[in-house]
Amino acid sequence: MTDHTIELSPEVALAAYRTMRTIREFEDRIHLNNAKGEIPGFIHLSAGQEASAVGICMHLSEQDHIASTHRGHGHSLAKGCDVVAMMDEIYAKRSGLCAGKGGSMHLADLSKGMIGANGIVGGGVPLAAGAALKSKVLSSDRVAVAFFGDGALNEGATMETMNLAKVLNLPIIFAMEDNGYGEATPSSWAIGGDAPARARGFGLATYSLDGHDFFQMYQTAGAVIADVRAGQGPAFLHINLSRYYGHFEGDAASYRPQGEVDRIRDEKDCLMIFRHKSVAAKLVTAEQLDQIDEEVIRQLDGAVEHARQAPLPTAEDLLTDVYVSY
Amino acid sequence: MSEKSFRQAINEALSMEMRRDPNVFLIGEDIAGGTGGDGEEDAWGGVMGVTKGLLGEFGAHRVIDTPISETAYIGAAIGAAATGMRPVAELMFCDFAGVCFDQIMNQAAKLRYMLGGQAKVPLVIRTQCGGGFNAAAQHSQTLHGLFTHIPGLKVVMPSNPYEAKGLLIEAIRDDDPVMYMEHKFMYDDKGEAPDESYTIPLGEACYSRDGEDITVCSLGRMVNLCNQAADELQAENINCTVIDLRCTSPLDEESICESIAETGHLVVVDEGYPRCGFAADIAALAAVQAQSALRAPVKLVTPPHTTIPFAPALEELYIPSVERIKQGIREALGV
Ligand SMILES: Cc1ncc(C[n+]2csc(CCOP(=O)(O)OP(=O)(O)O)c2C)c(N)n1
Ligand SMILES: [Mg+2]
Repeated sequence: MTDHTIELSPEVALAAYRTMRTIREFEDRIHLNNAKGEIPGFIHLSAGQEASAVGICMHLSEQDHIASTHRGHGHSLAKGCDVVAMMDEIYAKRSGLCAGKGGSMHLADLSKGMIGANGIVGGGVPLAAGAALKSKVLSSDRVAVAFFGDGALNEGATMETMNLAKVLNLPIIFAMEDNGYGEATPSSWAIGGDAPARARGFGLATYSLDGHDFFQMYQTAGAVIADVRAGQGPAFLHINLSRYYGHFEGDAASYRPQGEVDRIRDEKDCLMIFRHKSVAAKLVTAEQLDQIDEEVIRQLDGAVEHARQAPLPTAEDLLTDVYVSY
Repeated sequence: MSEKSFRQAINEALSMEMRRDPNVFLIGEDIAGGTGGDGEEDAWGGVMGVTKGLLGEFGAHRVIDTPISETAYIGAAIGAAATGMRPVAELMFCDFAGVCFDQIMNQAAKLRYMLGGQAKVPLVIRTQCGGGFNAAAQHSQTLHGLFTHIPGLKVVMPSNPYEAKGLLIEAIRDDDPVMYMEHKFMYDDKGEAPDESYTIPLGEACYSRDGEDITVCSLGRMVNLCNQAADELQAENINCTVIDLRCTSPLDEESICESIAETGHLVVVDEGYPRCGFAADIAALAAVQAQSALRAPVKLVTPPHTTIPFAPALEELYIPSVERIKQGIREALGV
C-alpha cells in the first residue's frame, strides 16, 4: 500500500487528530453519562468511525453541505459544529444546537453546512442531493456529502437519489459508512450483491476505502471531492470501518461474535493507527499528540459541565418554530 | 388466566396463530436479529423483544428478517396477503410509514375495493407508536389518525395485555389490512389475560369504568391515564364513564352515543395530532349524532398541533397527562 502520510503538513495532521480525538472523547463521555442516567432519548455513538468523518469533512468548507444519520455526532463535530452546543442539545437544554427540540438524532447547524442528523434511515440522502442541486442551479462550486450506513444502502430513497444524482450530474459524494451492521443484522447478509458494484450500476465513480486509516481516507476523499467539485459528476465511497458501542446505548450487541470489538480496538483503532503512522513518519511527535489528548479531555470536561448546568427549555418553546399560532 | 406483560401477550397471540395457521408468517427488520452473522441468533427478537423466541419455534422461513427496505418488505407482505397468506409485518416505528406509505395507502387499503372484490388483504402491520421516551420528532408519533383517514384500513390500538392478545388474534384472522398500534411505553405493563386463545371483535368498545356525570373516550395508553383521572376525580364527586374504543376503524359509534345520551357530557382524550385527528372525529360524531343529548360543549384533550419535541421538559407538556385530563373533565362539566 502507498504511504499516505507523506503528503500532509504537520498542521493539518494535528488538526485532524484533534477532531478525531474530540469525537472519541465526546462519544465516550456520552456513553458513560448515559449509563448514569444523565441523558434522555435514543443515542447512537460513532466511536471507532472517526477517520471517515474527519477525512472527508476536512476537505469541505462551511458552504459545502453534509447530511448525516442517526449516528451523527462525529459528522457534526467534523463539520465544525460547536462541542458545547452539541452537548447541550444532547442534554436537552435550551442552549443546545436545536434549542433542545431535536436531541442526538437531529443535531444540525445550517450555518456550518450541517443539514442534520436523521431519525429515518436513508432520510438524509435526498436532502444532501438537494444541497448539491442548489449548487448546480446557482452554478457554484459547492459540493454535498451524504453520509449513510450500510443499512441505508437498501432504502429506496438512497438508490433513487444515486440515480437522480447521476442523471442530473449533481456535485454529491455518497459516503457509505459500512460498519458491518445495520442494527443487529450484518451488512454482508443484508446487501445483495456488492455495494460498489451497485453504485457503479448507477454510473457513479466508485472507491473502496479503509475507514480505519485516516491518511487513506483523507487523501482519497480529497481527490474525489476535487473531481466532484470540478463538475465530473457524483461519486460513491464504500468505507469499511467499525463501531465500538452497541447499535444504540443499551444494546448488548450479542449478535457480534465474542471478542470482535476488542480485536478491532487492538488492531485497527483509527486513533492508534494515526499515532503510529504519523509519529513513525516524523510528521508529528508523540508529545504533541499527548498534549492534544489532555486538551480535549479538559474541553469535554467543560462541555459536560456546561450541559449539566444549562437551563431547560420553557413552556413557550413548545409552541414556537411551527406555523400554528395559539 | 395469568398475569402477562403487554409484550408477552403479543408474543403469545403471534405464536398461537402461527401454530394454528401455516399461512401466518412474520416479516420485519431485526424481528429475530443476527441473521446471517456469527454472533447470537434471535439476538433481538425485535427492537423491543416482542418476537423473541419465535424464530426458534417456527424457523427462518416464517420469522423473516429483512434488509432496511420498508417499501419492499411491507409491499411484499401485502402481495403475499393478496395471494392467500396471512402475514404479520412489523413496521418498527409507525413514523417509518412515511417511507412505505404508498404500499399502505394505495395498495393494501385499496386492492379489495379497486379490484371489484376479487382480492382480500388479510395483513396485519404491527407498529410502535407513542411518546414518553424522549425519542424526538421521528420516533414518537401516534399516527392512528393518519391510517384511519384511509378507507380500507382497519386500525387497532390496545390499552392492556388482555386487549393486546385478543385484538391481535382477531386482527390476524380478519380479511382486511389492519394497522395494529402498540404504544412503546406499555410493553412492560402487566395485566390478567387468558392463557388460551381468544378473540376480541374489532369495532367493539369497552366500558372500562361506569359513571353518570361524563363520558370520557380514548384508546390505547391514554385509556389508562383516563382511568387514573377518573379514580382521582371521585374525590371531587365526579363520576366518569371511560370508554376504551380499542379501534378507530371500525368505530363503535353506538357505544359512544349511548353513553353521551346518559351523561350529556363528552371529553375525548388522544395522543395523536389534533387537526383532522381522532379527537376531532369523535367530537364531530357527537355533534352529528348526539347533539341533542349534549348539555355542554365537547372538550378535547390532545397535544398541541406541533411536532413532538425531544426535551423531556417539553415532551411532558406535550403529551396529555392525568392532570390535564382531570382539568379537561372539570372544564367540560363547568366545575
Ligand atoms: C426508515 C427507517 N427504518 C428503520 C429504522 C430503524 N433503524 C435505525 S438505525 C437502523 C440501522 C441503520 O443501519 P446503518 O444504515 O448501517 O447505520 P448504522 O446504524 O450502522 O450507523 C435501523 C434499522 C429507521 N430509523 N428508519
Ligand atoms: Mg451500519
